Amino acid sequence: MYGKGLRGLSVATIVVLVGAFAVAAFYAPLDADQGFRQKIFYLHVPLAIVALAGFIVAGLLAIQHLRTREPIWDLRSYVAIHISLILGVAVLVTGAIWAKTSWGVWWLWDEPTLVSFLIVFLLYGTYTPMRFAIEDRERQARYASVFAIAAGAFVPICFGAVRAQPQEVHPQTFGSGELPGSMWLTFLVCLAGMALLFYTLYRFEIATKLARGRLRSLRRQLLDDAPVQRRSAAPII
Amino acid sequence: MFADTLPGDQGAPYVVAAYLVFLALLLIYLAIMGIRVARMERDLTELDDLVRERRDTPPSPEQEPERIST
Repeated sequence: MYGKGLRGLSVATIVVLVGAFAVAAFYAPLDADQGFRQKIFYLHVPLAIVALAGFIVAGLLAIQHLRTREPIWDLRSYVAIHISLILGVAVLVTGAIWAKTSWGVWWLWDEPTLVSFLIVFLLYGTYTPMRFAIEDRERQARYASVFAIAAGAFVPICFGAVRAQPQEVHPQTFGSGELPGSMWLTFLVCLAGMALLFYTLYRFEIATKLARGRLRSLRRQLLDDAPVQRRSAAPII
Repeated sequence: MFADTLPGDQGAPYVVAAYLVFLALLLIYLAIMGIRVARMERDLTELDDLVRERRDTPPSPEQEPERIST
């Protein structure tokens, strides 16, 4: 009922993602400057782009929630942020590994790209505790939507400002025109795979949450239970 | 075998580590999802048993509908 089309989507995601990593390993040429270690690029950059796009999408879904007041939009916004945060952890870890192998250090505090991503990640890290702190469901959903819109607008502004700054060591991925065609193609395949992964996890999470909500409602009807007032971060449909 | 073909001087262990971290995170997420689905299945079985139990139990006399005498 809730997981319609998920099997096909999951198979497509696995095929595209495995194919993308195979292309990155065997088709993409070695970088003249960084050599083999540049292969992390095909994992780290698509992850970062999809995670940030997820935050922006969550803001758009939150706008829809405030317009319609339907809880499903709040759930969608919540899940988009949830998945983006998980991808954000992967971005930070793979970025640190890439930094270690390229620059010899795990982290550089004076590098705007790194620090700005960390700020965005920590900002969204407060989203779940904020929801958890508000007991009233309706108010929780409304405040969470306002947060998602404000933070979602902050993401492109922040990264626009960072890109306008001169970078110390972090490479400017796009705009320099130095990426050859085969690298571009590999990157785009990896980006498509990562976007599919995001969408698949998003759909899985939504399906699980809706099924759980329906189960809870059935349980209440069968056992004549009074609805339990729980303090929870996740929206209940 | 695979490690022999990797260029070790170009940070290959780090590249492998980065991809493994990604895989590990994905597996952890899937494991958590698996636990959640198992919990839902358990709840569903409980409700299913309850419905079956109610269906099999004959209604008590006070719950029987009143017969209309003609």
